[in-house]
Amino acid sequence: MKDKILIRMGDGERVTLSADEIKEDIRAGTQDAARRGRIPEMTAPEQEQLFEIMADPSRVVGVSPGEEVIVTDDGCSMSFYSGQDGGGVGVPMSRMQAILTYERACGADTTSMGHSDYSYKPVKPIINYEMNEYYNISMMTTAPFFYGAQPNLGLYYRPDGPCPNPAELLPAGKIKEARAAQEEACEHLKKDLVFVGKKLAGVGCEGLNFDTCGSAGDADFLAALLALRELRQEVPQMPIIMGSSGEFVIGMHGEVTFDGRRLAGMYPHEQVKVVEAAGACIYGMAVNTNTSESTAWNLARAVTFCKAAVEAADIPVHVNVGMGVGGVPMMEQPPVDSVSRVSKSLVQIGKADGL
Amino acid sequence: MGGLRTAGDLVGWMQMTRKMKINEAKKYVAQKLGIEVFDLTNEEVMRQTREDLGIGVVTSVAGSPKGMRAKIKIAELLDIHINSVDLFLSQVKL
Repeated sequence: MKDKILIRMGDGERVTLSADEIKEDIRAGTQDAARRGRIPEMTAPEQEQLFEIMADPSRVVGVSPGEEVIVTDDGCSMSFYSGQDGGGVGVPMSRMQAILTYERACGADTTSMGHSDYSYKPVKPIINYEMNEYYNISMMTTAPFFYGAQPNLGLYYRPDGPCPNPAELLPAGKIKEARAAQEEACEHLKKDLVFVGKKLAGVGCEGLNFDTCGSAGDADFLAALLALRELRQEVPQMPIIMGSSGEFVIGMHGEVTFDGRRLAGMYPHEQVKVVEAAGACIYGMAVNTNTSESTAWNLARAVTFCKAAVEAADIPVHVNVGMGVGGVPMMEQPPVDSVSRVSKSLVQIGKADGL
Repeated sequence: MGGLRTAGDLVGWMQMTRKMKINEAKKYVAQKLGIEVFDLTNEEVMRQTREDLGIGVVTSVAGSPKGMRAKIKIAELLDIHINSVDLFLSQVKL
């Protein structure tokens, strides 16, 4: 094996590192994840396996036949017709055309649709439009067809929503008021998630995706958990995926709990247990990519978190491998060499149930 | 896994409806199809298997099951409830 190995930084820059440098990055990355999550580091053979994947001279790498996993997505077909800000390629086509193209031309394991804003709140006033669209498309699709969006608690704060804005209250030292605002917003969000979920279930929704939960903090994550539990009671025949927005739940509130467990600071192996308890069929974990570190460092962290989450989980764990998560570089055109190494490592070493 | 090209959609249904982990889901689907797990992603085996079972193939064959017609058969084959299928069947009173 040659000593200079082509690799990427977390921002996508292509660099050459020595074998020792890559091994050191892997060691440091897994140690970082283990320290933060209080979980085991990758074993020495696992670190060596990751090194072999990173050092493979092929542009694209993959798992062996029989090791393949399925892929769920968060509005992937939207990228066919949306613009740059959505990672889209701007082909003028309808949602149905995009979804069927994704299913049939790309061989997608699952498909999905969503509102172009990709948050649940704006779906509420146009729910009948979305129900019609979902129903019509579901007659045509064969693969599992999800409706997805983000809870996005931030939309419930002023000036976009009815609640006082914690981002203004917290810097002013108004902790109690900021917490009250988040609790009020959480209740609004939960109601909207349940409303949209029940409406879609009524037109035969095959699966709902609560995507990027916790992006506005622990109250955001809580709203999704509460809505998930309520929907499982109300419409038990509709499977629900719940995916997180980052490797730990941000404590914007700091004190909210679910089943007596504080959500703030939860890492994937802890998140999956509350998601599971709420009734999700699949947990989507996210690990943030550090743009200043190599993909070896980032991937070692992602694999370490993934392995712990999969071991703790009784439901399938899918790892988010979009732009800037899961070890994939933070750029709008993720390099295929990095993406394929991330996919292979998370499946072979992290034991992910899907991506 | 290749979606309709192979058996990716079928494994997906099992993760969704029964919360099966990947190996359990693959084993279940392979057993229902009467093939080896190894062949779930083998296009050469899965193309004919899907055609024989009428559960949809990736290329467009005029008149062959796709969409709802294929999903009805998939739900029967895998012994699962698919929300859209249940709604459709209730509407056509089957």
